[in-house]
Amino acid sequence: MQTLLDHYSETIRLAATRQRSLRIRGSGSKDFYGGAPLGDVLDISGYHGIVDYAPEELVLTARAGALLHEIEAVLSDQGQMLPFEPPHFGPRATLGGCVAAGLSGPRRASSGAVRDFVLGVRMMNGLGETLRFGGQVMKNVAGYDVSRLMAGSLGTLGLLLEVSLKVLPKPKAEATLQFEMNEYQALEAMNRWGGKPYPISATCYHDHVLTIRLSGAHSAIQATHTQLGGQLMVAGDAFWHSIREQTSRFFREASPLWRVSLPSTATLQIPGTQLIEWGGALRWLYTEEDGVKVRAVAEQVRGQATLFRSNTKPKMIFHPLPHPLLQVHQRMKRAFDPQGIFNIGRMYPDF
Amino acid sequence: MKSDRLLKRLREILPAEAILSEREDLNPYESDGLTAFRQLPLLVVLPETEAQVQQILRLCHAEAVPVVARGAGTGLSGGALPLANGVLLSLAKFSRILHIDPLARTARLQPGVRNLAISEASAQYGLYYAPDPSSQIVCSIGGNVAENSGGVHCLKYGLTVNNILALRVITIEGEILEIGSPALDSAGYDVLALMTGSEGLLGVITEVTVKLLPKPERAQVLLAGFDSVEKAGAAVARIISAGIIPAGLEMMDRLAIRAAEDFVHAGYPLDVEAILLCELDGVNEEVSEEIKRVHTILQMAGATTLRTAQNESERLKFWAGRKAAFPAVGRLAPDYYCMDGTIPRKRLAEVLRRIHEYSAHYGLRVANVFHAGDGNLHPLILYDANQPSELARAEAFGAKILELCVEVGGTITGEHGVGVEKIDQMCVQFIPRELALFHALKKAWDAQNLLNPGKAVPTLHRCAEYGAMHVHHGQAKFPDVPRF
Repeated sequence: MQTLLDHYSETIRLAATRQRSLRIRGSGSKDFYGGAPLGDVLDISGYHGIVDYAPEELVLTARAGALLHEIEAVLSDQGQMLPFEPPHFGPRATLGGCVAAGLSGPRRASSGAVRDFVLGVRMMNGLGETLRFGGQVMKNVAGYDVSRLMAGSLGTLGLLLEVSLKVLPKPKAEATLQFEMNEYQALEAMNRWGGKPYPISATCYHDHVLTIRLSGAHSAIQATHTQLGGQLMVAGDAFWHSIREQTSRFFREASPLWRVSLPSTATLQIPGTQLIEWGGALRWLYTEEDGVKVRAVAEQVRGQATLFRSNTKPKMIFHPLPHPLLQVHQRMKRAFDPQGIFNIGRMYPDF
Repeated sequence: MKSDRLLKRLREILPAEAILSEREDLNPYESDGLTAFRQLPLLVVLPETEAQVQQILRLCHAEAVPVVARGAGTGLSGGALPLANGVLLSLAKFSRILHIDPLARTARLQPGVRNLAISEASAQYGLYYAPDPSSQIVCSIGGNVAENSGGVHCLKYGLTVNNILALRVITIEGEILEIGSPALDSAGYDVLALMTGSEGLLGVITEVTVKLLPKPERAQVLLAGFDSVEKAGAAVARIISAGIIPAGLEMMDRLAIRAAEDFVHAGYPLDVEAILLCELDGVNEEVSEEIKRVHTILQMAGATTLRTAQNESERLKFWAGRKAAFPAVGRLAPDYYCMDGTIPRKRLAEVLRRIHEYSAHYGLRVANVFHAGDGNLHPLILYDANQPSELARAEAFGAKILELCVEVGGTITGEHGVGVEKIDQMCVQFIPRELALFHALKKAWDAQNLLNPGKAVPTLHRCAEYGAMHVHHGQAKFPDVPRF
């Protein structure tokens, strides 16, 4: 493994000298996401394996090339899980890609996002130096929180080598309930129930059906089912998997798919088809409207829109940043990657 | 810049009563919760509008005057310690709850709002704000964000960083930034995470939006006594391994138990080496099930006493002892020094054994209070500041504890921050190129190093000196010289 690290370091230093862009890649499962990847491939898939896992400490450390499904299998053997339910989008999705993309699944609204469970990272900066931030403990406020900053940075700040994550026990039981209602009623129900101590771990609304998942002790699930009513869904696990991996029918359209993040109570007033997740805070949208319009509508309700999947790649995939914040981003990028070699254009056109 | 010129310019921004410059007016600001460090600021300003904060920062930026922001001043690492040549920017007047949205479960707050006031104002909707640092009656949400404060419920509910949604921040250049959003994520880097715990070095917070959670239907607590710290530690591991995440899981050692019992009569057993408090919360049926399971686990782990709180008043009584642990220990000696390291839980017994060895070596008693669920250890070192060299010994003892935390794979600070207190131990936890990245990040926000300079991240020069001082058996060369 040291040989690999030396190789990465050398590749980075060489690229920095020549000012050539590097494109960090695990398995390529999320190549579709963000701006078109540019530059020479820096393949991290060889740097794999679980480094440390102590179930009673609720902490797992693995290398960036470790396969997500292998990590999940090892956790599952001990009755534990990655609480943010990351989408894989491919059979060989890696931990590094998962953290760099920062995407979380159906459990996000109740348990938290990738960034909430990142405890520490080992990474290489744009000078090819290995750096360590955070650690393997749950409370740690020494130094700036660089580990969480890495989550969702799409590899633009550095090469992730190793990540420590907080993990949690799997729920004792789960049940999925369905309710027929319109969008207005569904948004109201998701938010109202979210304010009650119900063990709701996922929500999804589409095509006049609200689907919710309950997680916890059998008795707690039964008690909640009695209070809320609804139809018990038999194939609940398969349903949530199809939402998490975007294999359900809704996600099979050929047209561009927007991901709109907004306050859970907001209404997204735009013609098109929607699927709602995260208690109302996440909307997947197909629309004929152009990007400028989608973003304007999202901004009106203090949200933001990403062009999640599209056959064509316009210049702005992610929601544009206000000028002062953009400047801070550019300066932070230079702090990590002074020559500007990592994943240029993956997040914003110039960094 | 001459202070009278600065004063003149500030008077153009603020009314006269919002600027303090006389010595007797500056005195209350000379330290924060870490009273061992004291320094009078050049001036104190008390703005009450965002526009005033913006103008003050622009002025200080133009005149290259350092600025230290201060909330309630309860921090325990000297993060709000003033600078002799700097302006102390108090946010005490920003104390309004701007909006609570019960349906969306969010609260928009000015930074000076007290932590507990958030939960009090949300209670009418069945909601609360989860992070509960022990100073929650007085500490402010802005300070909580600056320090990434924790509390006793972190294992299940997370720290400040996991419970906030958005910030309004003013940079030293006077730019207003909206960071995060009322949605669950926002575009660009996770600047919200970076700002949280940045100890006032990157910007000044003028507004915080927090998440509110529904109050659990029921909370129930168990109290278990053990004849050894090892057994109590093993019991913690068994509870977690059984797939149970308690809302609170606290351990106290013999000296802490005795002090707390003498102080508040919480009903703790006195013939034990350690107690565990385990709180379970959630849906009524689930709590009933888990209480039974935890009861069995604690029995099998060798608990010598085991009690479940029979009602809410007994539950609060069990907690009263833990919550009063710091002041209770404070009664045992004229002064105490509260440490804040985090360790992997499995190393607890070893760490406590070595702390007791250090205790004998330095001739100072120590009581240990431990957030057992998340590995955050608070050794309380007892000393008497009026005895020559005791403070210096307490500091040296504390430094040893923090370095021990790093050695076993933990960290020098779990929730109190680095401030000025642990700045030398940062040199132990991080290597120079990591510190260099911190400095580069700081520069990206504050090129002239004007916001809270000298705190949180040591200069490489300082670390080189500390390393040189360090060679002689880990003892500083001049133990009696206060090191800032």
